[in-house]
Amino acid sequence: MDYGFSEAQELLRASVKEFMVNEAPLAHVREMEENSTGFAPGLWRKLAQLDWIGLDYPEKYAGLDGSFLDVAVVMEEMGRALFPSPYFASAILGGHTVLAAGNDNQKEDLLPKVVRGETILTLALTEPSGSYEASGVETTATAASGGGHVLNGTKLLVPFAHVADRLIVVARSDGQGTAETSISLFLVDPKAAGVTITPLRIISGEKQSEVGLQNVKVAAADLLGTLGGGWPVVGDVLDKAKVAMSAEMVGGSQAALEMTLNYVKNRIQFGGPIGRFQAIQHRLADLATDIESARWLAYEAAWEISEGQPASAAASMAKAFISDVYVRMGRAAVQFHGGYGYMKEFDVQFYFRRAKASEAILGDQYANRELAAQQMGL
Amino acid sequence: MRFNFTEEQDALRREIKDFLEKEWGEEARRRAEEAGDMASDHSPSFHQKLARRKLLALNWPKEYGGRGWTPIEMAIFNEELGYYGVLSNCYRNTMIIGSAICHFGTDEQKKKYLPDLAAGRKLFCIGYTEPNAGSDLASLETTAAEDGDEYVVNGVKVFNTGGHIADYCWLATRTDPDAPKHKGITVFMVDLKSPGISIRPLYNVADGHGQSELVFQDVRVPKENIVGGRNRGWYLIAKALDIERINTGVRARHQRVLEELVEYCKETKRNGIPLIKDPLVRQQIVQLCTEAKAARLIAYKVIYQQSKGEIPDVSASMAKLSGGELSQKIAYLGMQLLGLRSIIHGSSKWSAMEGKLEYMVRETIPHTVGAGTSEIQRTVIAGRGFGLPRG
Ligand SMILES: Cc1cc2nc3c(=O)[nH]c(=O)nc-3n(C[C@H](O)[C@H](O)[C@H](O)COP(=O)(O)OP(=O)(O)OC[C@H]3O[C@@H](n4cnc5c(N)ncnc54)[C@H](O)[C@@H]3O)c2cc1C
Repeated sequence: MDYGFSEAQELLRASVKEFMVNEAPLAHVREMEENSTGFAPGLWRKLAQLDWIGLDYPEKYAGLDGSFLDVAVVMEEMGRALFPSPYFASAILGGHTVLAAGNDNQKEDLLPKVVRGETILTLALTEPSGSYEASGVETTATAASGGGHVLNGTKLLVPFAHVADRLIVVARSDGQGTAETSISLFLVDPKAAGVTITPLRIISGEKQSEVGLQNVKVAAADLLGTLGGGWPVVGDVLDKAKVAMSAEMVGGSQAALEMTLNYVKNRIQFGGPIGRFQAIQHRLADLATDIESARWLAYEAAWEISEGQPASAAASMAKAFISDVYVRMGRAAVQFHGGYGYMKEFDVQFYFRRAKASEAILGDQYANRELAAQQMGL
Repeated sequence: MRFNFTEEQDALRREIKDFLEKEWGEEARRRAEEAGDMASDHSPSFHQKLARRKLLALNWPKEYGGRGWTPIEMAIFNEELGYYGVLSNCYRNTMIIGSAICHFGTDEQKKKYLPDLAAGRKLFCIGYTEPNAGSDLASLETTAAEDGDEYVVNGVKVFNTGGHIADYCWLATRTDPDAPKHKGITVFMVDLKSPGISIRPLYNVADGHGQSELVFQDVRVPKENIVGGRNRGWYLIAKALDIERINTGVRARHQRVLEELVEYCKETKRNGIPLIKDPLVRQQIVQLCTEAKAARLIAYKVIYQQSKGEIPDVSASMAKLSGGELSQKIAYLGMQLLGLRSIIHGSSKWSAMEGKLEYMVRETIPHTVGAGTSEIQRTVIAGRGFGLPRG
């Protein structure tokens, strides 16, 4: 048993934290929300130079061969800062899909560029149904006469699709198999004929898009993994994504807590700081305890992933737990800021809005508890 | 970072499990019950069996007859005792009081008390709480007035767990009425056979006699029974409470009930389908399992910090808060899941899950009260943790 991070991880955390404080204060988050790119390419390049994109990637793809705990550390600090970047879309969702399913050519072609921040990948999974299950994938991939496939369908809430160099489209390639065995993954050039990308306005201000696919031709070489073998890969990537996002949400919750603490210590009503009232103290103490619980659920799940253990149950439990906690923290944060919590010029509302988006993404608490129940054999 | 135990620790857990499976099964429990051993949450015969296996003084330094176990091994031991529902006051006696004597006692005190505690021959009870000093313990009124080589103690202590079967009381008194509240308190070890002490039993909602009221009337206590120095009592009490807040045994006992509840929901059909297939039940069960997992993770975080010699004050409060609240959530939800028959006592053939849940609802009342109430833990987190001012 060892509840400590390694020295290297502590150093990593301190560096990411410092980077966020210096380069990406909440004013930056505000700016990026209003700008159509949604992230700063200059900062993204810096992140790459600092080797933070490929922390857990193999060395042969320009990565650092680190563990998923390193990823959790970075995500937590990014979450604290609400850092707008394609890290989650590209390094976690897209990159890990390629890592798990790609052949040597695809990996050698794409991954070093992903790690160096030159290529942005994303995963086009969810559709208008909002489902994260195999049965929710209605986009079709029909075998083309001259080889390859033709894609048709609508993908919704695809993160950073508007700047992606490649989309990984999850599609149903065959009407014969079960929902799980008929799904395949395709690498799609967003500039290909028939692809339309329409940015969506979402509650958190993060950049996510609708991706329309109308008779989009993909070459045989752009099949990722085997035909019909896509769903297990997606399942595995979703586990990792949930753990990474849980860590990010822990960071966000902690930041919202600290911002609120700072406020209740300084806001004077009835002759003293409002933080002296127990109605406020106890709600925040409960939340701090819940955030601490969520933190260790996320770390333990990240550790299971880095040990190569089955982590689906732990990932779903972590995501379910923090989804509930982040939203409660977000609500308490705006509540204790009084009328100012409602005002856009105050920063606290950023956490509130992000919490509601993060709760829904990758399945909310109800969906993830049900998944955990299945994993636990209930 | 690593969440598994070492091979030695896993082996130790197996050894303890084997021992308890063999020596403390349902059989032993029934026998103890018949013999009236159960009356006080303490089975003297099994307590002594633990002593014979040299399992009582595990965390003490080797020179005092201990095994020098770290808090992690202690936590494993406690978890297994809790999981198997062992009735023994060893937690209070050897882990709280014994450790404090190792830490704060004089050589004479160590020689006098430690061997008896390790052998399971003598028991302590803790005398902190008074009718007018509960959460606000520092305002305690029991006085100890110096008189020659002795102190004369007067006052009333309530809720002493095991007071009626104990040999000594670990007693908090006021020795300097003029000093600020926290600075005038002294801890004594008082022989409960001393003249002037009367004991009144208190029966609890769980139909047990665990606690007592102790009245001290001109009780003479030798000076050498002071522990840790005159007027230094608050420091000792705070130290001992840090240990008391992390009782992994209680949580493990409730973990087991949760496991049994899950089995019950798998086996029991309502309207033709197993309870566990009901979407709401699944949500609730998984939420409890997740909270139980988190509570265990935080408790071990505190234990890990203790094993490194760090003082984990706010984490300990968080562990106490989440663990205590969780016990009650399991109990309340458990009863709901069992339905109408949940209210029947375990002695009836009509009881559901042997009445364990209705018992647990009653039995867990003190889990958000003892060793600092949930409200006090929240106040500690807000004050010591956040630095917020007192209301
Ligand atoms: C089963 C059991 C075993 C025990 N064993 C022992 C023992 O062995 N030795 C011993 O000395 N004591 C023991 N106790 C006593 C225990 O420590 C006290 O009951 C506890 O500290 C609370 O004190 P009180 O009962 O006087 O409640 P009070 O302090 O009067 O509290 C009543 C209510 O007021 C709330 N409250 C109090 N102060 C505040 C505040 N500042 N802010 C918000 N809310 C507040 C409390 O949270 C609680 O809800 C035991 C108690 C129980 C139930």
